[in-house]
Amino acid sequence: MFTATQRDLKNLRVEGRYRFVFMAMTVLLVLPVLIILALLVVRGGPVLSAEFLFEFPKNGMTAGGVFPALLGTIILVIVALLASVPLGVAAAVYLSEYAADNWLTRTINLAIINLAGVPSIVHALFGVGAFVVFFKFGTSILAASLTLAIMTLPVVIVATRESLQAVPQAFREACWSLGATRWQTIRAVVLPNAVSGILTGVILEVSRTAGETAPIMFTGAAFFLPFLPESVFDQTMALSLHLFVISTQVPGVPEGLPYGVALLLIIIVLVMNALSIGLRTYLRGKKKW
Amino acid sequence: MARSAEAIDERNLAWYLDRAVRVFVFVGGISAIVLIIGIFVFITREGLEFATTTLNIKEFFTSPRWAPTSETRPTYGALALIAGTVSVTGTAMIVAIPFSLGAAIYIAEFATGKTREVLKVLVEMLAAIPSVVWGFIGLSIMNGIIIQLFNVPIGLNVLNAGVILGLMAAPIMTTIAEDALKAVPDDYRQAAEAMGATRWQVIFKVVLPAARNGLVSAVLLGVGRGFGETMAVLMASGHSINIPDSVFDSVRALTATIAAELGETAVGSDHYGALFTLGIMLFVVTFIINLTADLVVRGIKKR
Amino acid sequence: MVGTEVAPATKEAVLDIRNLRISYGSKVALNDVTLDVRPNEVFGIIGPANSGKTSFLKAITRMDDFNASMNVSGQISFLGKDVTKWRNVFALRRRVGVVFPLPVGLPLSVYDNVALAPRLGGTKKKADLDEIVERCLRRAALWDEVKDRLDSLGSLLSGGQQQRLTIARALSQDPDLLLLDEFSIAVDPVTTMRIEDVIRELKNEISIIMVTNLVQQARRLADRTAFFLNSEFVEVGDTSPMFEGEVQDQRTHDYITGRFG
Repeated sequence: MFTATQRDLKNLRVEGRYRFVFMAMTVLLVLPVLIILALLVVRGGPVLSAEFLFEFPKNGMTAGGVFPALLGTIILVIVALLASVPLGVAAAVYLSEYAADNWLTRTINLAIINLAGVPSIVHALFGVGAFVVFFKFGTSILAASLTLAIMTLPVVIVATRESLQAVPQAFREACWSLGATRWQTIRAVVLPNAVSGILTGVILEVSRTAGETAPIMFTGAAFFLPFLPESVFDQTMALSLHLFVISTQVPGVPEGLPYGVALLLIIIVLVMNALSIGLRTYLRGKKKW
Repeated sequence: MARSAEAIDERNLAWYLDRAVRVFVFVGGISAIVLIIGIFVFITREGLEFATTTLNIKEFFTSPRWAPTSETRPTYGALALIAGTVSVTGTAMIVAIPFSLGAAIYIAEFATGKTREVLKVLVEMLAAIPSVVWGFIGLSIMNGIIIQLFNVPIGLNVLNAGVILGLMAAPIMTTIAEDALKAVPDDYRQAAEAMGATRWQVIFKVVLPAARNGLVSAVLLGVGRGFGETMAVLMASGHSINIPDSVFDSVRALTATIAAELGETAVGSDHYGALFTLGIMLFVVTFIINLTADLVVRGIKKR
Repeated sequence: MVGTEVAPATKEAVLDIRNLRISYGSKVALNDVTLDVRPNEVFGIIGPANSGKTSFLKAITRMDDFNASMNVSGQISFLGKDVTKWRNVFALRRRVGVVFPLPVGLPLSVYDNVALAPRLGGTKKKADLDEIVERCLRRAALWDEVKDRLDSLGSLLSGGQQQRLTIARALSQDPDLLLLDEFSIAVDPVTTMRIEDVIRELKNEISIIMVTNLVQQARRLADRTAFFLNSEFVEVGDTSPMFEGEVQDQRTHDYITGRFG
């Protein structure tokens, strides 16, 4: 009965053409990632070695390893997390568990959007004006990490709020009716069921924080230091800034070195991202309700 | 037998703890507001005095001459820097808008199952690449490609930074646009298909118009992202103060100028104040962009 | 309640409610309820859907605290004290067990579901908790079915088991008053009968308010019964006479005999 008419065939052809155009655009968009990754692996791969990871830079950063920068990035990320995770989780708990739908909540949401949208260099200016100058932390790990923490705060808040809101309301009501306080309910029922979602957000934040450059340039990261930081009031090197420095500021750097640093940075960031994505997928398949 | 109320109605540790937590999370909740105001206050604090006394506002917006370190006569004309930012962001949007909307349409309307998941992960990876790595890619890879392809002397220019920035802004635009398309109820699609519309007719006549606000907001956020990007633009745009005639001219963006010069200024100097003044401008513009994007999205929800 | 004399509640009423009115925004959910619940009685509340029965239960434990649009006026006294004057509302809620229409097994183990309230209340010793868990599960007629898998997730039990689990959980609070909100709605008839037996047992120790859409269930279990209809409190009386036709309002008779609802 259903024979394709001339018109149906034409429609099918047109649809196929549109489909192809959109697919081509998508491929063109994601293709660069793969090319870039391939190039970085090919050119930077040979540089990566145990010495590269665990030695200090030598000869005016034209040789040697990246150890102080790698360690510095790790320290910056950890201190930033110490500040942003408690604050971000508290904010998300407030928004998800306490806030009514009123002007204050709308203002908070708007502030979060803007916090995420403010250019990183403006965060850097804020870090200089507030932490370095006003609070007199100087250019230090503390100032840099706090700047990073504020910049990535929205990531934690949004991820945490989402995973808190995914916990069914009936669980809360059941717990309240047992005579649990709001906080007991949050601790006993809400947080345990949201903790993996929060973790996903935190890992994502680590990935963001590790790669940022502008916010730490003037607040605590140094071009080169011959020694490791001893306290949070010292400056530190950082991988992201190191890549900037050896690829733009230092003459005579062998071609492979910055590729190696870029590759290392991307490995850190993408491994974190993959962890976060993997965790999210795993959790989706393992809901308890 | 029932107990008396008085024997059991006492405020205990749990009650006080609950109160304390309530205060703590409230502080956390309003911290976002405090911080955004704090950012504005602190950059204004550092920039305002310069902006209101030393700075010639007319010169700032009309002169292309940015020479804050000139010994004879420092001038603070931001026009070339604004032109740099606008040209790079504009180029980025020409690259990013069609590709990210196209990708969003493909992912939301055509792709299924595994393909969809893989594409989404790739888009997320694109978003995860740090801006300094993008800058390095502009510097070391794109530079050579542009020189060879277009036979120009310098490959660090508007085109280079624009393409890099386009790739950086694309993931956020794709993600938000895809969300907007996904938010269009399936009833709309089914109703249109029931009337004999083809897939692409459904997309163009039904889905895209219905998702219009979300798409506009996706573009706005992409613009905001491009406008505020620092490291990649600093490294890939060639770093010369210049109102560009073509995409092959080198330029310097507002953000890049702050990043390049802040390290050399003394706290409290005119130059320092001038850079914070640029910061105030960046803050205000991105604030407006984000606010507009939010209002546009809110528009969808109300409808 | 203009011009109507209300008999003073018996001194020892567990729950004493005067002129209760509940509204959501401008929409009235329940109007002008005056009744009391006495020790060791099963108090039935019958009426069609949307009569304000669930709102009534929520008001007793001040769940309106969690819902900004819910307004409660009038007076509710629990254990002789106005619920709005309780200094620690959580202590109040601990004395009132609640069982919801759809069983909500928290995503904890069976053991932790029942041990949660005692733990929050400060019971720490394993032996004490073990004792409470076993006693409550036994009273809820669930012990034999779950005693070998106390560690499995409560939310993975069958519907009937989950409902008895929520009863065990409510009992673990050591309540003076148990609120049952249409407990048999998602439960098979056999389980319903078992729970009804549980209720008859519990009555010896505590008071129970049983909201039900099954008129015959009220007849089987309730000592006294109140009838709510379309946000209106129609009447309250002893169950047996009410079901034998001694009603103050014809609508009650019509509802009981199945003319509507």
